This record gives sequence, C-alpha cells and structure tokens, in this order.
Amino acid sequence: MTGTEARNLALAAVAFAVVACLPLAGSAYWLAIGVTIAMYTVLATSWALFSGPTHYISLATAAFFGVGSYTTAIGIEHLPYWTLPPIAGVLGAVLAALVGLATLRLSGVYFVIFTLGLAELVRQVIIWFQNVSGTKGLYVLTSITEAHIFWQLTGLAALVYLVGWAIWRSRLGFALRIIGDDEEVARHSGINTAGAKVLLFMVPGAVAAITGAILAPRYVYIEPATAFTPMLSFQVVIMALLGGTSRLWGPLVGVIPFTFLWEAISASFPNQTTLLLGICFLLIVYLLPKGFVGLLQAARKRVETREAWA
Amino acid sequence: MTVADPVLSLRGATRRFGGLVAVRDFDFDVGEHEVLGLIGPNGSGKSTTLNLISGALKPTSGSIMLRGRTISGLPAQEIARRGIARTFQLVRLLPSLNVLQNVMAGAVFGHRRRWGHEAEAQAMRMLEKVGLARRAHAPVGELTYIDTKRVELARTLAGEPKVLLLDEWLAGLNPTELEEGISLIRALRDEGRTIILVEHVMDAIRSLCDRCVVMSSGAKIAEGSTDEVLSDREVIRAYLGDDDA
Ligand SMILES: Nc1ncnc2c1ncn2[C@@H]1O[C@H](COP(=O)(O)OP(=O)(O)O)[C@@H](O)[C@H]1O
Ligand SMILES: [Mg+2]
Repeated sequence: MTGTEARNLALAAVAFAVVACLPLAGSAYWLAIGVTIAMYTVLATSWALFSGPTHYISLATAAFFGVGSYTTAIGIEHLPYWTLPPIAGVLGAVLAALVGLATLRLSGVYFVIFTLGLAELVRQVIIWFQNVSGTKGLYVLTSITEAHIFWQLTGLAALVYLVGWAIWRSRLGFALRIIGDDEEVARHSGINTAGAKVLLFMVPGAVAAITGAILAPRYVYIEPATAFTPMLSFQVVIMALLGGTSRLWGPLVGVIPFTFLWEAISASFPNQTTLLLGICFLLIVYLLPKGFVGLLQAARKRVETREAWA
Repeated sequence: MTVADPVLSLRGATRRFGGLVAVRDFDFDVGEHEVLGLIGPNGSGKSTTLNLISGALKPTSGSIMLRGRTISGLPAQEIARRGIARTFQLVRLLPSLNVLQNVMAGAVFGHRRRWGHEAEAQAMRMLEKVGLARRAHAPVGELTYIDTKRVELARTLAGEPKVLLLDEWLAGLNPTELEEGISLIRALRDEGRTIILVEHVMDAIRSLCDRCVVMSSGAKIAEGSTDEVLSDREVIRAYLGDDDA
C-alpha cells in the first residue's frame, strides 16, 4: 500500500464515521433522505463496478433487490434477522452467476434485454406461487428502526468500496480493464473473459439482494409489484452514469444530486415520474456521456495543458 | 515435408466462410527454434491460418497440435496460456492503458504468468528488448506507428510464449524503420524463438526465414528452404499472375 492509498483510506474511514452520526441529529426527514442516498450509493456503486469496465448495461438491479426483499419477508418467520442479509447476498450472487453464464457470452444488446426481463420473470414466478398458495403480500414486522437500516446500509457501502478497491488492485481488476478496452486482445493475452465477467457480475447481484433484504423492514408490506419495480433498475443506471463509472467514487457524485432532484420531481409531478425519468436519462446520455467524473477529468486536463504552456 | 519433433503442426486444417474456402486442407510443421515464413498473395488465407492457430477462429475441419497435443477447438485464452502469442495485422493496443500496462497484459495473463513487481519488471525487460523502455509511461495514443508495433510485439513476448505468430509485423514501415524492424526480429531469431512470420517484404523473408510455406487461394502451393521456394516457378506465377510467368 502506498502513502496516498493509506491517506485515502484514512480519509474514507473518517468520512464514514461522520456520515454514521446522521441519525444522532434527530431529524426524521434528513434520516429518510440519508437512507435513500445510502441505498442508491450502494446500488449504483456496485452496478458501476461491473458495468463500468465491461460496458454491459445491466437492468437486473430490481430482480436482485426483489429477491433480497423476499428473503427477509419469508425468512423473518423462521430465522433470526441478522442471518437474512447474508443469505440474500448468496442468493443474489447465485442468481447473477446463472444469468451471467446464460448471457455474458452474448452481445451487450441481448444482455440488456435479458436483465430487464429477469425482474419481470422473477416477479411472475412469485405471483404464480402466491396464486397457487392463496397468499398475497407478506408483512415484515420487526423492531428495526430507520436508524438501524441507515447504519446497515452505511456499513454495506463501506464494504462495497473496499471490495471495489480490492478488485481494482487485483488481477481480476486488471483483466477487466483490458476486456473493457479490447475483448479480442484480452482473450489472446490469455484472459478468460467470460469467467471474469461472470465473477464480477456476482458483486452487484449480491449487493442489490443484500440491500433489498436490509430495506424490507422499512416497507413493512412486501408485494411483487413494489419489490420488483423496474423503475429502480433505471434509476440506478441513471445515477451511475450521471456520476461516471470510471472512478469508484463516481456514482456517489451522481446519487446525491439525483436524489434531491427526484424528491422534487416526485413531489411536484407525481403522475409524470416515468416520463421525467426518461427525459433525465436522455439528457445525461447526450450531455454528459462520461458523467461528472469525465467533466472533472476534462477540466483538470485543460488546467494541466495551460500550466504546461505557462 | 515434415519436421522431426515439431512444436506446432497443422493437419488438414480447413476453414470455410459460407461458400468460400479461405484455408483448404493445410498441412505444415514448425520445428523448435525455427523461423517459418508464411507467404502468398493478398487474400490467400495467411491471416485466416494464424486465426485458426491462435483460436480467433475454429477450423471447419482438420486439427492443430502444439507439441503433439490438440489445441484446435480450444478457446483463444486457453491457447494463449498454452504458449501461442500473436500480433494482429492491424495493430491492436489497449487505449486506456499506458505502454507499460499494455505489455503487462501479456506478462500477467500469458503462458508464464507473473503479478505485481515481477510482472512490471518483466514488462520493462520486454520494452528494453524492443527499444521502447524510455516511453514506458507514455499513453499509447502518443506513439508513432512503429512504436505501436513495438508495444504489441513486447506484449506478445512478455508471457514467454513457445510460438510467436507475427502477422505482417513489418508492413507499413518506412525504409529506416524497416531496417530497425528486421534487426529486431533477427534478434528474436538469434535468441532461438520459434516464429511464424507472415510477411510480404522479400528482403525480410530472405534474411529471416529458414523455411517458407507458400499459400495461394487457401491452399499450400510450395514448401521448402527459402531460396528454393522463392525461385519456384509456381510461386512466381502466384505472385505475379499467370500472364507474366
Ligand atoms: N471473417 C471472415 N469472414 C468472411 N470471409 C473472410 C473472413 N476472414 C477472411 N475472409 C476471406 O478469406 C480469404 C483469406 O483472407 P486472409 O486470410 O485475410 O488473407 P491474407 O491474410 O492472406 O491476405 C479472403 O478472401 C477473405 O476475404
Ligand atoms: Mg492478412
């Protein structure tokens, strides 16, 4: 570990400690915003870990998230709560591996469609199961508070950053950067490209499922339509792209402004949210193809060239 | 003609693209420490042959063996790990990585795998070998054409492959660069490397290749020592067209 890395790690630890104090401020409004930001940070950062280097756009977040929510909803009757997020993580990773094995050999377009369909598929399976068993939604009644949820998500965010950092330094991370540049060269250099992609796809799969498991107590009543909403998948993509996927901290820079923007939109135009989400998506892709990270890098380059000339 | 104890052998290797047979029933062997020239007019199937060997394409029929073990049908990454490395006719570098990292790709994932400082040191040695050590930290976008070719060559060397496939590595160089390029490949040859050289530059073929295999329209039309092959009437006809021969 180099000096700068140690310093960054220390700074990150301090930042997390400060953030973790939010519930102590005693504002229910800010705590709710904090939970939302923590949730999207975890989802968008883990999404970007995979989609950034591979350029595969995954719309499977809702599928993994829903699987996690149902893990808690069903498991809470039989198991202690603390076992449920890890179980959800394993289920999410396994589901991601299966999807990856089935689709990551295909081109990016098939992957997008397949992941979008996945949430719908899992949702239909659960609806069918509920019809057969004659149940509807499930109640998740626990003593878990909003503050507990916030702390769990903050801890999960720290874990996601650590995993992302470890991957970046690993052979897998190096392999992924090569794959992102030129898959043909990657294969001819000896990289098992399909294996690397499947392995990496398991990260957002596990993380989104754990997030769903952590948040289930917040929603109290879990039903297929809300647990598997495709809107979630799109929001995560938009936030990650808005921030930029070429840096680990990129998605966070997108999540914070977008959360506030979204609060405003849902409050002022509650019936047009889907339309406005689509417009946001188009604007970001056209105006900021590399996100805020790309904007910053371009600005820094301009300053550097100016300094070089001065 | 067969070679005793060949490193690489093709037997009946065939590749079709729809109705077109790009490589037809191709047999040849490459011996240890041999530089084999694979020559022929444009479109005769040379690159396709290299693609079959490296696993970029699968043969429609026939087999390819590395030290007697079949490699045809294996994925490209497995063939690379077993010791076959290649350059591409159109240079392919990794644009978001710098020169050293481009070469490390071969050192980390190739036939002989290294990691960390060891991989970096190996990549640096390869850059010294191709004469590019001083540009190690440059972005690849800033390189001249011959330097991009040097990076690609260093990347293939970095994994210590058993067989090197060079697809028109000298093409497009100006006369000074060509001289440097030829002496670079001669240095590899003097190290005792096993190389298949696809090339059009006659001077290079004469001075570098022990033996040549000549292709025309996907089939082998001649094979033998370089001098012998280059004076063969059929070879001259294939190159110059029927009218001139
Ligand atoms: N991927 C491909 N699909 C269809 N035809 C191809 C493909 N690759 C090569 N060919 C055809 O195969 C023949 C041999 O091409 P190639 O091996 O590139 O020749 P060379 O390298 O000797 O110039 C050509 O007619 C070419 O058009
Ligand atoms: Mg060619």
